Amino acid sequence: MTGGADHAVSEAAVVARGLSRAFGDFLAVDDVSFSVHRGEIFGFLGPNGAGKTTTIRMLTGLIEPTAGEGRVAGLDIRRERRAIKRTIGYMSQLFSLYGDLTVAENIRFFSRLYGVPRARRGERADWVVEMAGLTAQLDRRTETLPLGFKQRLALGCAVLHEPPILFLDEPTSGVDPGARRRFWDLIYALSEQGTTVFVTTHYMEEAEYCHRLALMNRGRLVALDTPSRLRAQLAQPVLEVVVDDPPRACEALHDTPGVVEAALFGRTLHVMVDDARAGTEAVRARLAAAGHTVHRLREVEPSLEDVFVARVRATGGAVVG
Amino acid sequence: MTWRERGERVFGLVAKEFRQVFRDPRMARVVFVSPMIQLMIFGYAVTTDIRNTATFVVDLDGTQASRELVEQLTASGHFAVTARSSRPADLVRALDHGDAIVGVEIPRGFQRDLDAGRPTEVQLLFDGTNANTAAVAQGYAARIVQDFAGGHSAPGVVTAGAPPLELRTRAWYNPNLESRDYNVPGVVGALIMLVCLLLTSLAIVREREIGTLEQLRVSPLSAGELIAGKTLPFAIIGMFDLALVTTVAVAWFGIPLRGSLLLLAGASLLYVLSGLAMGLFVSTVSATQQEAFMTTFLIFMPALLLSGFMFPVSSMPEVFQTLTLLNPVRHYIEVVRAVFLKGAGVPTLWPQLLWLAGLGSVLLTAATLRFRRELA
Repeated sequence: MTGGADHAVSEAAVVARGLSRAFGDFLAVDDVSFSVHRGEIFGFLGPNGAGKTTTIRMLTGLIEPTAGEGRVAGLDIRRERRAIKRTIGYMSQLFSLYGDLTVAENIRFFSRLYGVPRARRGERADWVVEMAGLTAQLDRRTETLPLGFKQRLALGCAVLHEPPILFLDEPTSGVDPGARRRFWDLIYALSEQGTTVFVTTHYMEEAEYCHRLALMNRGRLVALDTPSRLRAQLAQPVLEVVVDDPPRACEALHDTPGVVEAALFGRTLHVMVDDARAGTEAVRARLAAAGHTVHRLREVEPSLEDVFVARVRATGGAVVG
Repeated sequence: MTWRERGERVFGLVAKEFRQVFRDPRMARVVFVSPMIQLMIFGYAVTTDIRNTATFVVDLDGTQASRELVEQLTASGHFAVTARSSRPADLVRALDHGDAIVGVEIPRGFQRDLDAGRPTEVQLLFDGTNANTAAVAQGYAARIVQDFAGGHSAPGVVTAGAPPLELRTRAWYNPNLESRDYNVPGVVGALIMLVCLLLTSLAIVREREIGTLEQLRVSPLSAGELIAGKTLPFAIIGMFDLALVTTVAVAWFGIPLRGSLLLLAGASLLYVLSGLAMGLFVSTVSATQQEAFMTTFLIFMPALLLSGFMFPVSSMPEVFQTLTLLNPVRHYIEVVRAVFLKGAGVPTLWPQLLWLAGLGSVLLTAATLRFRRELA
């Protein structure tokens, strides 16, 4: 997972080596290593409690690692926290905006906080307002804005000082897919301008947008690669099954010879098998025996969720969350 | 990092804090309305003065002199005769039943003794269940009786060295024992503490509650800058309330400000340090605004009760008297009262000022260290 990282240390925007954090007996992050290239959109994917937020908090200097080391923009995460804080932008799932202040007042406050030079403030403020689509609502109190607007404004405030590295901790929680897509358009725009984006998420669809993806479960990094390669690395074929009662069908498929894993996937079942043809027959036979009518049964391209489930199995463990 | 940048960040925080305080109607109430309410309460309603206290008179003498004494008692407005009798037992019963709070018994031969310049006594009985009222009534009655005696000591009949009636108390600085003159300056002390404590703690805890404190922690803002930005606004508001209360006290209630305004302001600044420090401390131990509110009152009430604001420190048990030395409210209220009523200056008030400075810096250092550790 750290492949090729050594020569790239000076180039990398973020480096973690053996990063660990314990809370009492509980190891929230366990020996995690990776490096993020400049200008990359690097995704951290995993269920709640997987250690994503703890990792981001260590990298941004909010908490100290109990073991391991890390560098952000070449700065040591233990010794150069203040310098890191001046270099990065940060936006968390808990909103950083002041609801009782207006859009303009929030922008002004964060400009001062991040030391945006006076001469640049007007220009940066205009940029944020336009980007968030709030040009006509400068004097509106932030608390009255729809969530999607708040998220875009929060992102804008986090990059007022044009940080080379941006940390986003579950930035799109709670909004509809449309708002999420618009948010990601902004992230792409920032990335194209050279900003490194480190983002955590538990939305699989969102993970697809990342250049590279780190899968986390129970504090450990279980995979790290581009989304397409992660899918390609999955050795076993995946079958999509449409039945009337997916939960019961899923149960029926357990212990079927040739079936590696069966999991609910939306309203369908995803069944991972050793071999596509033999597996199809086995699944059809077992479901018929259990009294299910199979409306559809075909091989599909594995989703990231399938990859995730398979990786977790391969590294020996259950998925939390 | 330049000082200019630091200043810019702190200024940004202060400006934001002011905007939020004045936008929040609850906060505005704490800042503007609560001083006014407290002033009105302590200026008008809460008075330890006594008026028309129910008085039972047993006049066993029945002479002109005894009638005059009773008349002088009632003419003061402090006492109102509700019943008379010639039997002392009735007086006791009236006190027992709460029909009277004060009993006056004038002995047989009162006028004769007075005229002859012989010592005589008037018995005053008080219902001590309300110690405050009794003490104040006692003070008034003693003064009236003494004045009466003075008026009756005709030069020719005074026997050497023996005053006809015994003198007991005399109130200095506040000769009319106006409790308002005493209470209203004390309001300043209570108010500044409340404003600093409550607003500082709420301002920090609110940010923790909504999650913006986390954002500030990931920003270039240092712990020291955060503390400065979060306390300066409330120091300013505290000083504003001082000016407000002082103006109303002098202009509306006519309370004399005999000492130096500059000394008052200086002592207030030292005092504000303690208030801010405690507010900061409350914010480190409270997760929610509600908790901060409760904790504030847990600190505020004992501090106020042990300050001499309402109950004199001198009548507390010795342990508590010593304990009150650690209470900034006590020292500050002493300074405020002395500056207002006595016109006292630094030569007499230096111990209090030293205590205020000492307590302020110790508390602020401790709270800052704790706050930093929490942020780190």
